[in-house]
Amino acid sequence: MLKDVTIGQYYPTGSVIHKLDPRTKILFTTAFVVMLFFLNNLWGYLATFVILVTITLLSKIPVGYIIRGIKGLVLIIMLTVVLNLFMTPGTTVATVGPLTVTLEGLKVATYMALRLIFLVIGTSIMTLTTSPIDLTDGMEWCMRFVPFVRRYAHELAMMMSIALRFIPTLMEETERIMKAQKARGANFETGNIISRAKNLIPILIPLFISAFRRADELATAMEARCYRGGENRTRMKQLTFEFRDGTSLVLMVMMIVGLYLTTMIQIPLIFPV
Amino acid sequence: MIMESKNRMIDVRDVYFTYPHNNENESVVALDGVSLHIEKGEFVGIIGHNGSGKSTLSKLLNAIIFPTQGDVIVSGLNTKDHENLWTIRQTAGMVFQNPDNQLVATIVEEDVAFGPENLGVPPQEIRERVDRALAVVEMQAYAHQKPHQLSGGQKQRIAIAGILAMEPECIIFDEPTAMLDPSGRREVMETIKRLNRDKDMTVIHITHFMEEIVAADRIIVLDKGKVVMEGEPRTIFRQVKRLKEIGLDVPQMTELAYELRIEGLKIADDVLSIEEMVNALCQ
Repeated sequence: MLKDVTIGQYYPTGSVIHKLDPRTKILFTTAFVVMLFFLNNLWGYLATFVILVTITLLSKIPVGYIIRGIKGLVLIIMLTVVLNLFMTPGTTVATVGPLTVTLEGLKVATYMALRLIFLVIGTSIMTLTTSPIDLTDGMEWCMRFVPFVRRYAHELAMMMSIALRFIPTLMEETERIMKAQKARGANFETGNIISRAKNLIPILIPLFISAFRRADELATAMEARCYRGGENRTRMKQLTFEFRDGTSLVLMVMMIVGLYLTTMIQIPLIFPV
Repeated sequence: MIMESKNRMIDVRDVYFTYPHNNENESVVALDGVSLHIEKGEFVGIIGHNGSGKSTLSKLLNAIIFPTQGDVIVSGLNTKDHENLWTIRQTAGMVFQNPDNQLVATIVEEDVAFGPENLGVPPQEIRERVDRALAVVEMQAYAHQKPHQLSGGQKQRIAIAGILAMEPECIIFDEPTAMLDPSGRREVMETIKRLNRDKDMTVIHITHFMEEIVAADRIIVLDKGKVVMEGEPRTIFRQVKRLKEIGLDVPQMTELAYELRIEGLKIADDVLSIEEMVNALCQ
């Protein structure tokens, strides 16, 4: 059951999007997320929607798989919508008991919901189309340009890749410990939340002890293999910026600029500006 | 003397090692005046009971820890000099017991590349070294697999490839088969023996399984931090009683011969393998 958990999910289809340089994808996703918060009318969201649909189709990832990613966030989205709907002051449109729905509230709520949904879809397309290794390499490269983080770029990337390496190992271990504790009569299935949480202690303690031991042994093994941080280190696989990356970068810049331009449109779509 | 030092891979000179303290603030002496040497191209087995100091010794050879007193010389370099640290670790590679806890990367070939990447080898050459190392351990077909999908023996062979890619002169194996099933153990042992035989690699093999070192050039027996016996497998293993006293086993066939001798059967005391046993019995 734990094997279903897929952190940093990757869905290989071999599409054009998959083959793009991870750096391009990371930069575009970052710009895209920032842009989402600048959009101030529905034209912008319509454009975003078109862009996302196009990318999804190009990536050949089943739409259902992407939508599944939003499911986990339904609660947060609902909460944001409800809060914004009733708490924004302005012209009243309807009253439900002590609560009033305003025109402004309706507008803000819609925008927030769309923002969140697009944010999740946009970022999950990136993780779905980029292998964990490419992603770490790409992030290491991108972090070089972020002040303060720059000094730790290599270390952070190394930590990420070790975490990814050990997720399946620790999952297996958790399952083994669970089975061992079940064999001794531990009960993980019944009881209320508090007693269930308490029941997890006999799993977590051995898991933590073993994780620390693993970390210690891994550190020794890394040192024995001459690991001494990022200085003077080379990489077998170099990130290569190809023609298609150039083309896609131009397209991506155009998309971001296009999204920005929508904020200047004065003609209202549904909501008055 | 010059000839001798030229062929010397490792020289351990009167080494003491003390672990600072345990819970009761007492220091623990792990090595108590150990002197030994390993020649180039040799296959040396190191055996000893738990706590005899064999793991401590292996870590000293790779400059992971340093002697409290005495010197460890690897390929003419003293591990005490900090400038030599990385050269020594590259020269004397080390394979550990737990295959899971020494693989770093999420993809097999990336893991093999880890060592040379640390050494700053140019990308193109790393590629060649990785392919070569994977070929030596016969794991090319698994280059793009994830380590957790492999068996214990396969993981251990990847760990060996990771060391080979650093192009060492000597590999120290610290109980590499202890956590493997019999078939995994056979895979790993075949790889180690092949490295020594075909690639002329100096091998130091620390183990609990006596059968694995029956074909070694030399065996060193450690007990309570001291070298107590040293010599060819045949000379070591015929001393069954002494080995048992320090809590060690002998190969199954040697043990059988020993028991038969006690029962009064006239049989040689240095039988090491099933074949030799068959021959001895049929005479």
